[in-house]
Amino acid sequence: MEFKDYYEIMGVKRDATQDEIKRAYRKLARKFHPDVSKEADAEKKFKEVGEAYEVLKDPEKRTAYDQLGANWKSGQDFKPPPGWDAGFEFSGGGYTGTDEAAFSDFFENLFGGGFQARGGHAGGRQFHARGEDHHAKVLIDLQDAFNGASRLITLQAPQVDEQGHVRTRERSLNVKVPKGIKQGQQIRLAGQGAPGMGDGGAGDLYLQVVFKPHAIYKVEERDLYLELPVAPWEAALGATVKVPTPGGAVELKVPAGSSSGRKLRLKGRGIPGKPAGDLYVILQVALPPADSEQAKTLYTEMQNKLAFNPRSSLGV
Amino acid sequence: MVKNQITLSGSILDEQTDLTLGDLCRACAVHAEWLEALVDEGILEPTGANVQVWRFTGYELRRARTVRRLQQDLGVNLAGAALAIQLLEELEHIRSRLAAIETRD
Repeated sequence: MEFKDYYEIMGVKRDATQDEIKRAYRKLARKFHPDVSKEADAEKKFKEVGEAYEVLKDPEKRTAYDQLGANWKSGQDFKPPPGWDAGFEFSGGGYTGTDEAAFSDFFENLFGGGFQARGGHAGGRQFHARGEDHHAKVLIDLQDAFNGASRLITLQAPQVDEQGHVRTRERSLNVKVPKGIKQGQQIRLAGQGAPGMGDGGAGDLYLQVVFKPHAIYKVEERDLYLELPVAPWEAALGATVKVPTPGGAVELKVPAGSSSGRKLRLKGRGIPGKPAGDLYVILQVALPPADSEQAKTLYTEMQNKLAFNPRSSLGV
Repeated sequence: MVKNQITLSGSILDEQTDLTLGDLCRACAVHAEWLEALVDEGILEPTGANVQVWRFTGYELRRARTVRRLQQDLGVNLAGAALAIQLLEELEHIRSRLAAIETRD
């Protein structure tokens, strides 16, 4: 089990006042709030900060924690702590468990039993509560949004066992990904959250859909973007070219006089839905290499016969 | 385990979802009064002339839940939450635009 330095997590000194701790918490909570931050580990950090604040805001818990910290130091005088910011193996006063390093075990061991029991729920009173809602992200392929699919997802669900300990249990669900789903959209699975207490119903499971990056399409809402290389003569003279779409290749008419960056729209060829998204094709003029005598001759001929200054708009 | 292998179908929370005030209360685990306050603040914009026939979209469920988390976790008031939601939605839009542009070279 890892020892957690709650002061380090909060970025405050050990002698910080309660006000300073509160201010530090507010600031970090805003920074790492999962609704606000898009950092990959924001949720983990937010929970870590929440746990630290839970202890430090309560003078009783804080005192108990301080005691522990002091003891640990006195027991390990001669050993400088390795990497204070990474957390380290705690090996004093009965906390030498070989538990895996989930930090909430640390919290659980310190404050789980004793502190809660003292508050004490009245024995015979009935308690009803709706189960907690759970949230998870599900990573899908663009093709899944196009056709709909079933995806097996594995979730780490915290569950409370008979002894009242929180354990992580793996749970697999086979979930239908509806056709036409958009990036960031949520799927709600009623009753698949945490079980309720007493007569309270189970919570819901919310799945947020995230697309895996696609090799050729970029996604924006239901629209897709595709870069399409075209030959100079196709762009200059106009042509009908083949374009891949998730639903299969289609023919696209490139208007004469097109240049790089020109955006052409294939209506309704994006992700299906009401309304369906569009597929935007962005033309990229690709130059044939001048790697043969014939190619060089053609380029030279253009150079001599075409009065073309690509920098005329720059005034040079 | 076997039980879990049944394919589950959920509802997508989007503009097509049709939710009553009661649905929203249950999904957010809040009282109707709290949601009415969100309507007053302009965070939720249900269709329907009065409370009895209010209908909300899936987006509004998402919004209401975000507001609740912001209130509980950060202690913002409703006006602050309304502003945060508006800015977060703009940010989300800009981030997705940026992601589409950045990889386009």
